[in-house]
Amino acid sequence: MSGGLAPRTEIRLAGEGGQGMILAGIILAEAATIYGGQNAVQSQSYGPEARGGASKSEVVISPGEIDHPEVLQPDVVVALSQEAFRKFGGSVKPGGLLIVDADKVDSGSAPNAIRLPITKLAFETTGKVITANTVALGVLVGLTGVVARPALEKAILARAPRGTEEMNQKALEAGFAAAEQVKNS
Amino acid sequence: MSNQDILDAATLKQDDALIPQSGWFERSETLQKLRKNKKFPTIWCSGCGIGIVMGALIRAIDHLGLDNDKVALVAGIGCTARMPVYMDFNTLHTTHGRALAFATGLKIARPDMKVIAIMGDGDALAIGGNHFIHAARRNMGITALVVNNAIYGMTGGQYSPTTPLGGRATTAPYGNVEPPFPICDLAIAAGASYVSRSTVYHALELDKFLAEAIAKEGFSVVEAVSYCHTTFGRFNKLGTAADMLRSLKDNSIPRSALERLTPEERAANTKIVRGNFVNVDRPQYTQVYSNLVTRVQAGER
Amino acid sequence: MTVKLMQGNDAIGWGAIAAGCRFYAGYPITPSTEVAELLSRELPKVGGKFIQMEDEIASMAAIIGGRVGGLKSMTATSGPGFSLMQENIGYAVMTEIPCVVVDVQRLGPSTGQPTAASQGDVMQARWGTHGDHPIIALSPTSVRQAFDLTVKAFDLSERFRTPVILLADEIVGHMREPVDLPDFKSIHIFEQQVTDSPADYKAFRNSPGDVPPLAAFGTGYRYHITGLFHDEVGFPTQRLDEVDPWLERVNTKLDKHLDEITFLEEDYQEGARVALLSYGASARTARHAMKLARQKGIKVDLLTLLTIWPFPEKQVEALGERVERIIVPEMNLGQLAYEVERMVGRKKVRRVVRANGEMVTPQMVLDAMEN
Repeated sequence: MSGGLAPRTEIRLAGEGGQGMILAGIILAEAATIYGGQNAVQSQSYGPEARGGASKSEVVISPGEIDHPEVLQPDVVVALSQEAFRKFGGSVKPGGLLIVDADKVDSGSAPNAIRLPITKLAFETTGKVITANTVALGVLVGLTGVVARPALEKAILARAPRGTEEMNQKALEAGFAAAEQVKNS
Repeated sequence: MSNQDILDAATLKQDDALIPQSGWFERSETLQKLRKNKKFPTIWCSGCGIGIVMGALIRAIDHLGLDNDKVALVAGIGCTARMPVYMDFNTLHTTHGRALAFATGLKIARPDMKVIAIMGDGDALAIGGNHFIHAARRNMGITALVVNNAIYGMTGGQYSPTTPLGGRATTAPYGNVEPPFPICDLAIAAGASYVSRSTVYHALELDKFLAEAIAKEGFSVVEAVSYCHTTFGRFNKLGTAADMLRSLKDNSIPRSALERLTPEERAANTKIVRGNFVNVDRPQYTQVYSNLVTRVQAGER
Repeated sequence: MTVKLMQGNDAIGWGAIAAGCRFYAGYPITPSTEVAELLSRELPKVGGKFIQMEDEIASMAAIIGGRVGGLKSMTATSGPGFSLMQENIGYAVMTEIPCVVVDVQRLGPSTGQPTAASQGDVMQARWGTHGDHPIIALSPTSVRQAFDLTVKAFDLSERFRTPVILLADEIVGHMREPVDLPDFKSIHIFEQQVTDSPADYKAFRNSPGDVPPLAAFGTGYRYHITGLFHDEVGFPTQRLDEVDPWLERVNTKLDKHLDEITFLEEDYQEGARVALLSYGASARTARHAMKLARQKGIKVDLLTLLTIWPFPEKQVEALGERVERIIVPEMNLGQLAYEVERMVGRKKVRRVVRANGEMVTPQMVLDAMEN
């Protein structure tokens, strides 16, 4: 007989196709499982576009069995585009965490949203906007602690293409630093 | 032959097999490649040209000295596709139009085997047209033997992709309005390594072309022009099987003779051109893939 | 021990490699394409072969041809391609050529929604061909099961000389979970053993309940294979004294072995008056709902079917005798529920269905339990 329902943290990462949100979900799930000793299920949905459109990556993290594999009502939503915010911003659970890219998203309808210039931070730190997904992971984990920071670092370095390890490390640090500022403000 | 006759013939018991007992069968090396245990006589109407093609195929295989175990005949559906069951090789009678797709899988699994796909014109070019061009494009090591009788015979005489313009068929009661496919031109355009055409009147020429085709490593095509006196011949008042066979003699011309004509005469030619049109060596698919496996296993990318 | 985060479709590809599959022919189609991508990369490393065919009809034909030549073979597709494969799946049934067909189900009918999940091919897997015949279909609920059931699919297809359908869905195919796969060397599946001499060999020998061994082409066993009704050596026949024994043998060849084919998970609670019965990704929803219900003190049985076809009639009938109501959550309009109703009667069955690409939720199942 199965045990009872294990507690679960549900995370939804959304953006435009090409922003790397699906990969961010995979890295978060690897941080939780391979490097964090927890259980996780990652899933995704996307439109027909290879680039653009709205793409969504979901991660359910739990210390125990995960049955229903999809997010039911997310504890955390990260939206890096206006379209992603429009579609998923309202789905966050009451009292949950909504993180948006301040330069890309008008989140007027969600006064509690945490607004950070994620893409701009990525560009300023590494010179490349494609590291925005790494910055976002740093913000998310910095604010929630859903996985341990060393586990996330290992997961990111394991996935980083050769020669980009330092760049990704910096992006991650920028994300954690931004999270610290939010916590202290 | 009526449909009922065909059904009766197909259900004859083994004891009723019509192989003569005179001893000529045992003496013939070539005929040894027919199956001795069952299924004679054939389902084909008396006078049909398909049997001539079967004879040519057996003689070609015999001429090449191939081991029966290393020959596979793959066929689709139709009168022509019934050919393999009578011959003592590895024989696979598949679904309509798909002989080349089944043959592709078999050739990949058994690159050491000679795989021959036997198809009619409807089988190869209508329902199976896509497989035909892609097998040619890949240069898959298969021989495609297309018996072209310009009609769907087994279903009673509907027009096919090679029925001539104006030809009558049960589904073209006012004459066919669709231009026919030139089988050899299609095979050449799609990349076949070997392409030849002859007719069932020129049986020995068929032997030669089939032997060359089967010996070829890459994708090879032999178009064997035949006739269907039971349907097309009857609908179009073309006479008996013998009349139709004779017309293949009168209405065909060797490629070499065609080339001696003036350009004007050549342009005006309406006869069936017999001969070899392509014979080139291109990398054969299973060999290319085998090289890929070697490369990958050696750790290259 | 190496835990990896793996996608369901990748687990299917690795399952095929582990089971000894050495030929894959397929045509790209969402949401199954990762299976082809993995095997195009991995098969050459183990001496296997991969080809991308011109369509799904050709893919199905090619894997049958490959198996006739002696290679264990597989294809993978989704609903539209599965429809195209049906004629040749029937051919594999008729000619008793083992092969594995993966269908990662997506929302239909027609082009439907390529990236949306569905369990809409349950009946197509059973009755997609013309004519009557048994079929085996297995449906994984997790990434690890996607691996295990692919291995099982090869084993059953060889043992019973039948195509086996791995009926996955977009959820299981695309989700990633941590898995620790077993050592492939520890995996053994049924191998054909032909003991008769070529002269005595009958590829379609009719002893009732018997599955004659399959000899590969090119190995000295020259015989005829046809999609027509055939006698014991493979020649076409219309004689009823030859057709009837074939019908009898092929239509009953799974019956005596149902225990070896039927995989399911029972989580029963004494005194339960309601049961949840599900399969594939929806089985995860059912298990979630079961735990919610038990937290509330509601006693509930859970039956998860990993084998969909042959339908586990005996076990479902027994469940019907235990409880007053069986709730069947699925991502279609009630295809498996038809079978449950057939076993326990319509009044006992409550459908909880969704056919819009979204999963049934645990709350929907809970509501059906309480109302």
